[in-house]
Amino acid sequence: MSLAEESSDSVFTEKEEEEESFNRRYTLWIKEALDELPHNFTITDPFLSGHPIVFASLGFLKMTGYSRAEVIGRNGKFFQGPKTNRRSIMEIREAIREERSVQVSLLNYRKSGSPFWMLFHMIPVFGRDDGKVINFVAVQVPISGRDHHHRKLTSVGDDVSSLDHSELVFGSCRREVCFGNFVQHQDHRALPVECDDDEQGLEDWEYCEASESEKLRAAEAINNVLSVLTRYSELSGRLVCGKRCCLRGVDCLSSSLVISLGRIKQSFVLTNPCIPDMPIIYASDAFLTLTGYKRHEVLGQNCRFLSGVDTDSSVLYEMKECILKGQSCTVQILNYSNRKDKSTFWNLLHISPVRNASGKTAYFVGVQVEASCRNTESKELRPETKQLSVVGAVRVAVRSSFMVTC
Amino acid sequence: MLKIKRVPTVVSNYQKNEAADDSVGCGRNCLGACCINGARLPLYACKNLEKSREKIVVSHEAEEPPVAFLESLVLGEWEDRFQRGLFRYDVTACETKVIPGKYGFVAQLNEGRHLKKRPTEFRVDKVLQSFDGSKFNFTKVGQEELLFQFEAGEDGQVQFFPCMPLDPENSFSVVAINVSPIEYGHVLLIPRVLDCLPQRIDHKSLLLAVHMAAEAANPYFRLGYNSLGAFATINHLHFQAYYLAMPFPLERAPTKKMVTTVSGVKISELLNYPVRSLLFEGGSSMQDLSDTVSDACVCLQNNNIPFNILIADCGRQIFVMPQCYAEKQALGEVSPEVLETQVNPAVWEISGHMVLKRKDDYEGASEENAWRLLAEASLSEERFKEVNTLIFEAIGCSDQEEDPEGTIVHQQIPNGGVFNQKSNRIHGGPITNGTASECIVLQ
Repeated sequence: MSLAEESSDSVFTEKEEEEESFNRRYTLWIKEALDELPHNFTITDPFLSGHPIVFASLGFLKMTGYSRAEVIGRNGKFFQGPKTNRRSIMEIREAIREERSVQVSLLNYRKSGSPFWMLFHMIPVFGRDDGKVINFVAVQVPISGRDHHHRKLTSVGDDVSSLDHSELVFGSCRREVCFGNFVQHQDHRALPVECDDDEQGLEDWEYCEASESEKLRAAEAINNVLSVLTRYSELSGRLVCGKRCCLRGVDCLSSSLVISLGRIKQSFVLTNPCIPDMPIIYASDAFLTLTGYKRHEVLGQNCRFLSGVDTDSSVLYEMKECILKGQSCTVQILNYSNRKDKSTFWNLLHISPVRNASGKTAYFVGVQVEASCRNTESKELRPETKQLSVVGAVRVAVRSSFMVTC
Repeated sequence: MLKIKRVPTVVSNYQKNEAADDSVGCGRNCLGACCINGARLPLYACKNLEKSREKIVVSHEAEEPPVAFLESLVLGEWEDRFQRGLFRYDVTACETKVIPGKYGFVAQLNEGRHLKKRPTEFRVDKVLQSFDGSKFNFTKVGQEELLFQFEAGEDGQVQFFPCMPLDPENSFSVVAINVSPIEYGHVLLIPRVLDCLPQRIDHKSLLLAVHMAAEAANPYFRLGYNSLGAFATINHLHFQAYYLAMPFPLERAPTKKMVTTVSGVKISELLNYPVRSLLFEGGSSMQDLSDTVSDACVCLQNNNIPFNILIADCGRQIFVMPQCYAEKQALGEVSPEVLETQVNPAVWEISGHMVLKRKDDYEGASEENAWRLLAEASLSEERFKEVNTLIFEAIGCSDQEEDPEGTIVHQQIPNGGVFNQKSNRIHGGPITNGTASECIVLQ
């Protein structure tokens, strides 16, 4: 019996939310327009929990052998595997946190399990008006290495002209003695023995240098995708661009912070005590589920919308005092949900001030536990520990994310 | 005998100034026979890596992985102690920043980390020293500083027991808080605490530490180790760990592969980093990787070479950094400006996280300064080559060609140092004039 905190069965994030935010930014026609591009690329949304893929091009699907449904909602790591270079993975992760572009050769794995090298080129796409990262666009160009020999399988019916991006062509990569080239056809027909070695060998290559023309192809693809996104964002009025045009607003959270917070599966919110009326600036998915509200309904609001007629005002007063003094406290408070049954629930709420890298209090975190759910199942963390672990995870996330030079 | 004076970091609220200590007589709720009866702690038994058929990498992580169970346990218990005021200061109130530059060294202004008291004398010329029960050790920490027991489980699954008695008959390992934390979540892993092992690496203990890194499942949670002579303060076997959600400069340094062992462990040297270090990764299992590193460290210990270890990337990458700062300091060879900062290059500093005591040092922190400081700790090029030869011999690597594929080898070991005949002699280095046989190895 697994004791993993949260089951990783819920691999896919809310498809609705993905589609909704993507369409709102770029209009309903964006997918058609992107489907007309020949390139292999994916688009991700760092503000959704798990930093999932929200769009994958047909070329990408062909290259990896997955269907669209199998890919949307996955994180890019899904295509990495045991032999993917750890340093390259780190470079990509840090580029995401620092909201900048990166270009690196990467070993990925297809649905069949077979590995392939590609040039991974990723850029952030910023909202023009708020300087926030809206998406990351990643282009994948399969790498052929230094020499560009192509050799198709010599079997009847093979069409020489149908060479496309999904077919892997090996050439001489940096450390590989040139055995000649190997084209892996869709039905996995193999050339003589060396080629099996090739496939074995390619996983163990230290690196695979992309050629200049491959790098150019990647750059071209990025530009094409970016211009489609820009054009369609103009239609919706929520413009994007490839460069950050204005400083990210104070209450705009960085991708790195949002990604870190997205790992925390319990219900919690972050509020900003430095802004009048201390609004919510972040709400976890679990908070939305617990309270029955949508994200856009709670962001920017003070938490008082959760209180109602029968909420004890002395408890509210106690909380206010703690906030003013910059102290933590735990209270039991009656909250009113927006769930279908509009039920009330007892919220065992813990609040605590959270400092950022400057050492000063930047936020307050509020962690909600529905009182009836406090089962003390013997093999799990005590509810108090669980609740405090959210506070701890938030502290690490906030402190670290503010250190990233932006 | 070489010694230096240092203000040791206080890692427990029960650590006193004086070396001699009243060992009995309590009411302090320690781990001694006086208090241990009836003591309970949560027990986390991590999954047996072989049995769970998990090699080193979880191949298809579906998303940014959720906070793992172990991470919740560490953070939750730490926050509990934090709110109970068990730490000497609020580390999150200490200003911190990334120093602009290529590597992103991290600087923190922390005036409270070091007690203003008389420095203690530390012997720095012996990496292997026997345990001394009269000195402060982890059997003397108060139980409230302990967070949970940790063990390598037998099963393919994690097992958790929220309230397990501490059984002195059954050698248990604990995770404790460091009351002078470098960062939020700073803990100590103390293998088989009641066995009172001295600060030296053995296979079982390193494997436990690697297990912890893997279980935490967070590349930003690293474990570190300081040998005696490399700024370990307490001669009682322990590792340290904490969270810092960005890469350490050490992790960013480019590497060049040197050798692959028969069990598939790849050993590289770091390029372009102020402290010459080795990186161990790969291997057909986590145990292979851990054992290879242990072999290397035992070799260093036997040759009286101080070193630090950083376990990174969830246990997939292990850095070994031999150093000689303490020796240089004792011989008066460290530059005065560097000495004035009073920064001791232990594992976290070498990894690139510098805790600075003086505001001026913090304001003026630069990649150059950090580099200069760390470079003082590094072995020379020549000495590093010699040490590598010793290590490769010890792990049975001397005949290993670089790449079993037999393809064109571009990265010929440039110095040819590995197979160099003259490096075959084993020597203790400049510190002692003895040979390996003078260092008693007590496993």
